[in-house]
Amino acid sequence: MKKIFIAIISILLVCLGLAGLANHLEKPTAEGKKQSLIIYNWGDYLDPKLIKKFEKQSGYHVVYETFDSNEAMYTKIKQGGTAYDLTIPSEYMVTKMRKAHLLDRLNKQKIPNMKYIGKSFLHKSFDAENDYSVPYFWGTLGIVYNDKFVKKGAIKNWNDLWSKKYHHQILLVDSARDAMGMSLVSLGYSMNTTSSMKLHLAQTKLDGLGPNIKAIISDEMRMYMIQNEAAIGVTWSGEAYEMMESNSHLHYVVPKEGSNLWFDNFVVPKTAKNKKAAFEFINFMLEPKNAAQNARYVGYATPNVAAQKLLPKYIREDRQFYPDQTTLRHLQVFKDLGPKKTQEYNDLFLEFKMYAR
Amino acid sequence: MRTRKALFLIPYLLWIFLFVILPILLILWYSFTDSNRSFTLNNYVVFFRNGTFLRMMINSFWYAMLITLLTLVISYPAAYFLTKMKNQQLWLLLIILPTWINLLLKAYAFIGILGNNGLVNQFLHLFGIGPVNILFTDFAFIFVATYIEIPFMILPIFNAIKEINPAVIQASEDLGASRWQTFRYVLWPLSRPGVESGVQAIFIPSLSLFMLTRLIGGNRVITLGTAIEEYFMTTMNWNMGATIGVILIVLMVIVMLITSRKARRKKVDL
Repeated sequence: MKKIFIAIISILLVCLGLAGLANHLEKPTAEGKKQSLIIYNWGDYLDPKLIKKFEKQSGYHVVYETFDSNEAMYTKIKQGGTAYDLTIPSEYMVTKMRKAHLLDRLNKQKIPNMKYIGKSFLHKSFDAENDYSVPYFWGTLGIVYNDKFVKKGAIKNWNDLWSKKYHHQILLVDSARDAMGMSLVSLGYSMNTTSSMKLHLAQTKLDGLGPNIKAIISDEMRMYMIQNEAAIGVTWSGEAYEMMESNSHLHYVVPKEGSNLWFDNFVVPKTAKNKKAAFEFINFMLEPKNAAQNARYVGYATPNVAAQKLLPKYIREDRQFYPDQTTLRHLQVFKDLGPKKTQEYNDLFLEFKMYAR
Repeated sequence: MRTRKALFLIPYLLWIFLFVILPILLILWYSFTDSNRSFTLNNYVVFFRNGTFLRMMINSFWYAMLITLLTLVISYPAAYFLTKMKNQQLWLLLIILPTWINLLLKAYAFIGILGNNGLVNQFLHLFGIGPVNILFTDFAFIFVATYIEIPFMILPIFNAIKEINPAVIQASEDLGASRWQTFRYVLWPLSRPGVESGVQAIFIPSLSLFMLTRLIGGNRVITLGTAIEEYFMTTMNWNMGATIGVILIVLMVIVMLITSRKARRKKVDL
């Protein structure tokens, strides 16, 4: 009994000591009573040097927190109790957050640098007047392949994936809208199709891909592609970029018949405490020099035309990540289809996952 | 005195209410409402009318059963021989040791072992075989799940066998029972409570495994756990997700009832 008592006391003491230490370590960031700006962003999606630079320039203290999915971020902000001044959802989530009255209008006068953003990246259906969002990075959905297993240039179109050659070789992204969208485009339909008949056709076509599919995963795909575990992966350009950094055998293709064009965007949630700082930060990040530095760090394509010009030629003209005009014209932005249709997409995809073997 | 006793009860009652009863009530409430928060039975109708969900339920049951059976077949002899070993504590420690490692780490370790360039394929390569596709197959999923569950089966069986008075076994042998008869009529019934708690500890969580189905099964194995994750995280249809949750709870209660009823009947006093 006495032993247990001593054990409990010592555990409590250790915990107390650790808590005190943690408190002590956090202190330097909390002191000084500077006003702070709380950013809620995807992990590793902003050059930390830029945060330092912004802190120096503006005098604000930046708190940086991260999330790993749009849905997780949405749930957290919707539940309340958070004070994020700035967050970066994807385009369909912008619509959803706006509909749920979670977003504040942007004060465009405070963000003069918006003029640097390319016209083709503004006024998209998810925020027609850009009243709520400023594009941060953009990208595509495409095919990554490993030239150890697939001849260079052998894959150009979505339909190439259905070839018998690639039996049990393909890793498919675990996202209903993207997988169904790929099948829809290969049939010549829109990625935002709402016709149940066309959706069923797309599912049937996807079922035909079943034997070629090795696994349906998202985050882990990066590791598998880098380790030469599979020949082909269907994934987003950002993921592809990270894979290609670690494995030079990988190549990325955006089929020119069409694909998804996605945006991650700055938005200011209604719960923000320091909107002034948020606008200042957006404006700071849109500064061509900073945007270019950030684009080089993150590796995604920037919508900032002035920043694009500052990037080295091999990046700027890399057709894998800055596709040519014809391909760009065929890219489609996801629309928020409402809960019912979203559910239909997901149910069909789940059925595909169950039966396709 | 009595009131003081009641006072001690308060934290426990609060705990049970807040973390056991309230969540279950919430799930039930979600499952009986639609997105406009009005009462509906529609979620259940959808579940039982939709072939996909039923198929998923059968899938979950099938995989959970395979995992449990395989674990039992491996663990029972292991537990039995453990009771005959010299350094029992050491062996037991070695069996428990893997449970100290995080499940996610173990899953990633297996990815490394089973992959195309993994240990197994490198070994097979020595004999000119391969590379064989092991990762993302039913076999890989069941194998890894079994590996992870084995300690939870060995421990209760070990304890149950250890409690058996050795004199009973000796008596059975002295009275001319064959080894098989001793096992069938003495050892097995007496160790049964251990087997049952082991089965419960494995079958019930196995019903809703979903991390392994994704990491090791590559989403080629779909269980009700996968569906719950999708409904809560992707489509945010919490009502349907909660319905699947309620059905899982009901399934688990049924499994508990079946296994524990037998346990009561077979209880033998010595």
